[in-house]
Amino acid sequence: MLSSPRARAGALTLPLIAFLGVTFVAPLGTMLWRSVHEPVVADALPQTLALLEAWDGQAALPEALYQTAAGEFRQLQASRALGGVATRVNRVQGGSRSIIMRTARELHGAAPASWREAMIAAHPAWGEAAIWGAIRQAGQRYTIRHYLNALDLEQDIQGRIVAQPQDQRIYLKLLGNTLAASAAITLICLALGYPLAYLIANTKPRWSNLLLLAVLLPFWSSLLVRSMSWIIMLQKKGVVNDLLVALGLVTEDGRLIMVYNMIGTMVTMTQLLLPFLILPLYAVMRGIPPLHLRAAASLGANPRQAFLHVYWPQTLPGVAAGSLLVFILAIGYYIAPALVGGRTGQFISNLIAYHMQYSLNWGLAAALNFVLLVCVTVILVAYNRLIGIERLRFG
Amino acid sequence: MLETADAHIQFRGVTKIYDGRKTVVQGLDLDVRRGELLTLLGPSGSGKTTCLMMLAGFEMPTSGEILIDGQSVRDLPPRKRGIGVVFQDYALFPHMSVSRNLAFPLRVRGLQAAQRADRVRRALRIVRLEGFENRPPNELSGGQRQRVAIARALVFEPSLVLMDEPLGALDRRLREEMQFEIRRIQQSLGVTVLYVTHDQQEAMAISDRVAVFNRGKIEQIAEPETLYEEPERAFVAKFIGDNNLLPGRILSAEGDICQVETSGGAVSAFLVDPNQSSGATVLAIRPERIALAPEPGTYRNEFDADVEEVAFLGDHLRLRLTVCGSSDFCVKIPNIVGHGALLRGDRVRVGWSVADCRALPDEGLLDRYTPG
Repeated sequence: MLSSPRARAGALTLPLIAFLGVTFVAPLGTMLWRSVHEPVVADALPQTLALLEAWDGQAALPEALYQTAAGEFRQLQASRALGGVATRVNRVQGGSRSIIMRTARELHGAAPASWREAMIAAHPAWGEAAIWGAIRQAGQRYTIRHYLNALDLEQDIQGRIVAQPQDQRIYLKLLGNTLAASAAITLICLALGYPLAYLIANTKPRWSNLLLLAVLLPFWSSLLVRSMSWIIMLQKKGVVNDLLVALGLVTEDGRLIMVYNMIGTMVTMTQLLLPFLILPLYAVMRGIPPLHLRAAASLGANPRQAFLHVYWPQTLPGVAAGSLLVFILAIGYYIAPALVGGRTGQFISNLIAYHMQYSLNWGLAAALNFVLLVCVTVILVAYNRLIGIERLRFG
Repeated sequence: MLETADAHIQFRGVTKIYDGRKTVVQGLDLDVRRGELLTLLGPSGSGKTTCLMMLAGFEMPTSGEILIDGQSVRDLPPRKRGIGVVFQDYALFPHMSVSRNLAFPLRVRGLQAAQRADRVRRALRIVRLEGFENRPPNELSGGQRQRVAIARALVFEPSLVLMDEPLGALDRRLREEMQFEIRRIQQSLGVTVLYVTHDQQEAMAISDRVAVFNRGKIEQIAEPETLYEEPERAFVAKFIGDNNLLPGRILSAEGDICQVETSGGAVSAFLVDPNQSSGATVLAIRPERIALAPEPGTYRNEFDADVEEVAFLGDHLRLRLTVCGSSDFCVKIPNIVGHGALLRGDRVRVGWSVADCRALPDEGLLDRYTPG
């Protein structure tokens, strides 16, 4: 097996490959699997679901179904597993959880002649199609409904894909906001970082080291502290507002609201991500001989022409690498929006975190995550087409 | 100094001081004739490149004036001086093909595409690089890049081209080939070229005139032959070609012939500076002008010498002798039958004429001769 030197050398990378497998491929795979695989309801209500399978969503439901469902509900309640099932049905249709839980409670120990009437008596919703449709959907072992949900779509009772009600469409808008804000942050970083990178690359070594240190310094302090300090800077009674009032630019009553909104998120993230743009750009700029600008001048170019035709094109690999890095980091950003974003300055990651930690809808979190992954991939492919990945220079 | 009408470029008392203390160029006066190839030759740090950069407009003289066609260029930025510059590392733009590199100076001047293409084609023909239009610079050899850089400096038809050690990065054979190329191009276009190098052979090979730089000053400016045959400064004698330099003291002078006392006896020499009739001097004698075992009485300078070393160098033999108090006295003799018998430790008689022995002003290059 390991006879050739090349194979033996290659074997040295096995620990890394194993490490990547455990820390990267496996979690990603589990995440993707979870976004389409939803076994809880299917395992809990096998008979009910079998009976529902033939149902067209409109016809009246038979007594046998009610009896089976009531039986399985009671069984689940006894084993304390009904809550999890009810929660999952509730995700398909709001309000379902309390209906199921109440019905199971009321049916406890009962032995009615008609299970249908008993269930409708416990809650009138059982007489309507909606909740049965919800149970049937939640019972799909393999499902695309998390993806539909992530794209503000849903399946109606006939199985058609339709838009969510207006008031529940939040993910696409948030994704759009996230992409737009990330693009804006990238552009601001570029506008701020390009001249600074130029200065660092072209000034005397003593100064460039000092400036580089200033760029890197934030890396040595906690992300949390840096984010929080922006609250102190930007809040209504904060440093920036005080300064603006002192300068007479805004009135005491007209203090600007710059934190706990999108402005706060963007200011903070620009500061946090700026080094990721400056470093690759600086590395590329340092490789461009200053002689080129002299040569351009000697050939008759004015400073604008020299920059546009000689300098800028040579920095493009750095610009592309830096802005790609910033943009991709930005759309996945979580801490800064969580701390200073308030209600309006949230990114899609904050919602993913919410579904992971609070609503415990991991399937939806995974689906949202995958949508984000697709966005990043699309951007990378577009970049590759436009600039060529192999031309990117990260340092 | 030349009449203004003949001079293309004039440096008038140009001084350049860096950071207020490091003087690189010191009160420089220089006239460059129209259409000549003038080489600024000197060791590194002698101020020659700084002169070029001041002329191109990248550096400002601390004091003094630079004139092009009699007009001061003090207030002209580099791009308005219309000077072609060939940089040491070529400074080709790596993201542009050869033809786009050449078209760049034409494009910034607003020439039409058809005109640009025409001029680029002509420039490539001049440097013999037809067929390389679409190559990026990093796919060219060193010599080809050199040609592109020259073509780019010529394509907008400047009347003055500056070259800063343009052949420094090439190997010896290519360098010699390119020297002829540069000379040929310069003569066929009739442009004025100011050329910087530290290689004295290169300077001799291509130049109409050579200005020898030392410590921010011009030691001597002359045609290559004059510079070799009639150095006026000990530095020039030492820098151009091989020379035997002997410290001495002028005893007496009569016309342009003087008697010089050295630690190995009195030597008759040609007095370069007629105003100097006494004091410290440096004698310069070319190794190939020294005769071995001359007929007695042929030369006014004849001495016994001890052979210290014999080196066979193919076309010539090089001997190291002890003579006139110097143990590092070099003699070159052509490889003709008859000299093979010389061995280390032999004693031979050497001689040289007064005309080939120049008494130069002492500039502190050697340990001063002190009479024993």
